[in-house]
Amino acid sequence: MNAVEVRDVRKLYRRYGRRKSFGTIKSALLGGGVLSALKPDATFEALKGVSLDVRAGSTVGLIGRNGSGKSTLLKLIAGIGKPTSGTIRVDGRVSALIELGAGFHPEISGRENVFINGMMLGLSKRDVARKFDAIAAFADIGDFIEAPVKTYSSGMYMRLGFAVAINVDPDVLLVDEVLAVGDEAFTHKCLDKFAEFRRQGRTVVLVTHNPDLVARFCDDAVWLDDGRLQAHGDPRRVIDAYLMDVAAAEGAALTALAEHRDPLMAAEAIPSNMFEADQGRWGTREAELLDVTLRCGDGSTSRVMRSGEPFEVLLRARASSPLADFAFGVAIFNGDGVCCYGTNTTIDGGTPETFAGDGEVRFTIPALPLLDGLYTVDVAVHRQNGVPYDYHRKLHAFRVQSSRKDVGVFRPPHHWEFSGGVRLAGLGPGDDEAS
Amino acid sequence: MRPTVLANLRELLRYRALVRSLVGRELKARYRGSVLGFLWSFINPLLLLLIYTFVFTVVMPGSRGQGLEPYSLFLFCGLLPWTWFSSSLLESSNALIASGNLIRKVMFPAEVLPVVSVLTGLVHFCLGLPILGLFILYAAVPVVPTDLLWLPVVVLIQLVLTLGLALLLSSLTVHFRDLRDLLGNVLTLWFFATPIIYPAAQAPEKYHWILNLNPFTHLATAYQQVLFVPGPMHPGAGLAGAAGLALVVFAVGYSVFDRLRDTLAEEV
Repeated sequence: MNAVEVRDVRKLYRRYGRRKSFGTIKSALLGGGVLSALKPDATFEALKGVSLDVRAGSTVGLIGRNGSGKSTLLKLIAGIGKPTSGTIRVDGRVSALIELGAGFHPEISGRENVFINGMMLGLSKRDVARKFDAIAAFADIGDFIEAPVKTYSSGMYMRLGFAVAINVDPDVLLVDEVLAVGDEAFTHKCLDKFAEFRRQGRTVVLVTHNPDLVARFCDDAVWLDDGRLQAHGDPRRVIDAYLMDVAAAEGAALTALAEHRDPLMAAEAIPSNMFEADQGRWGTREAELLDVTLRCGDGSTSRVMRSGEPFEVLLRARASSPLADFAFGVAIFNGDGVCCYGTNTTIDGGTPETFAGDGEVRFTIPALPLLDGLYTVDVAVHRQNGVPYDYHRKLHAFRVQSSRKDVGVFRPPHHWEFSGGVRLAGLGPGDDEAS
Repeated sequence: MRPTVLANLRELLRYRALVRSLVGRELKARYRGSVLGFLWSFINPLLLLLIYTFVFTVVMPGSRGQGLEPYSLFLFCGLLPWTWFSSSLLESSNALIASGNLIRKVMFPAEVLPVVSVLTGLVHFCLGLPILGLFILYAAVPVVPTDLLWLPVVVLIQLVLTLGLALLLSSLTVHFRDLRDLLGNVLTLWFFATPIIYPAAQAPEKYHWILNLNPFTHLATAYQQVLFVPGPMHPGAGLAGAAGLALVVFAVGYSVFDRLRDTLAEEV
């Protein structure tokens, strides 16, 4: 049985022009009636034909980029506004946690606001009176319940709003990103409440930007993109598809940024003190780095790498006249500007022989030991004493993705061993953790 | 009216407890933090009355109507209902925009908001009535007791008329914000086109048809007949016409509101 059925729903938002003034009222009244003056100048399609079934008793996570239509869909399910076309059927009472405490009046007490807010959400006065103690206990704001709401901290305001909405006893609960604003304790409380809802066999639809939350709490995930349903099903699968898509978009953005910078690179910008230079390109250009390519694990050109997988920097270089004194270098910086690692062919013990004409240099890290984040890479060709032929500082950015939540600058190969009274599963030397 | 209009009207009835609480909240919140608090509901009409009385008995005594003694009581009979009417319309024209957050984020019938504005005005009107009563006793006006039975009827007609206009204005203002500014001026004009500071009979003969088209003329006259003019009330066709017009205005106002209902959440 389905608690929510969405069929071919489209939603058009209308944008009106600036010239909506007295002139239009006058003309509306003189000709054509008032309604004809309400014609929009342009439209924006937030939902482009979405069909979706939510099983009764399931918890569904709605993910997607900003502006993908998640909140619009949630509002339509809640009955705030109507779809332009298509139908929405909801079985049972709906409560929507879209904005907590919407409709609280600042001048009157929390108690009075609970009553009015509860009635706005569809409870009778007697219902609210019966649930008042539960609401006050959940909000946990003590004596402030008798004080005007304007004296509340934003956290108290939110807790009270949440407490009312959750105690409406909905069959279908719609939640829009409200968890993002609470403190840790409040978030846990909300999650406990959602878990209780699940046990009671109620339906929860959760809009969130937090994939972990979806993976942990939801039976199903729905991915909306640009007003269309991209995927619907097993949370892990949908989330991975979504994250890959986000990564691809990020990679495209970084590539575009790099291309945008190319004209700058071409300009010979010699900083007065190269050690203070934030980013740029300099050198004598007796040798040149013509092209810098970053490659990820599967060997394809990418700006998005996965932690623990191979990472390659491919340099296409040219020496205008044959050189005997040269070295190639690579350094990786994290988002804070900390040099995570740097080396060159001389440091690594190489001895230059000849460099003439065109050539290729490939620098490979077999298992990238970096954590999740944004990095830049410096590449250079220079004399062994350091005088640069061509130095690219922080011109090449890339993103590292990691599913682990470890912290720091890099991830050294490591393992755990336990003996004696300590027993811990999943981390033994044989389990091949953390290479 | 479309069948959904009737269904929505029933829905509104279901929310009457909320309407009651919201009216209570408006009254309470309004005076929170003021020293005199609820007394302002009595003081406000009293001060208004004093100002008008001062202007028309001291500053320009010649301009007031003949045979209207005590003049301040005559004024009060029209001013009190007019204050309810005009403040309700001004407030309800802004009601949806002021509570935009609510309409965009919570599902509940938006017509509750203008209705609350009008009913809050009604409560203030009722609080002004005891002041009026004291005046009548003080001036020893020979009010015919059976006439007082007409008072609730007149109030009801005014309520229906005000509700209709409030619904119309509140929903239209969301789309045409100009109406808010326009309304203040229209109400000033309307005030002077209504026999409140002058008796209807004093207006030039050739303009009587305008006064007669104005529904508030018949309401103000009815209040004056019940509470000021000696002798029994004899309701004319004018009051019946005003009642009919009030019903039509309500039907039109509610229909327009209902048509615009789905656009409100996007436009406020």
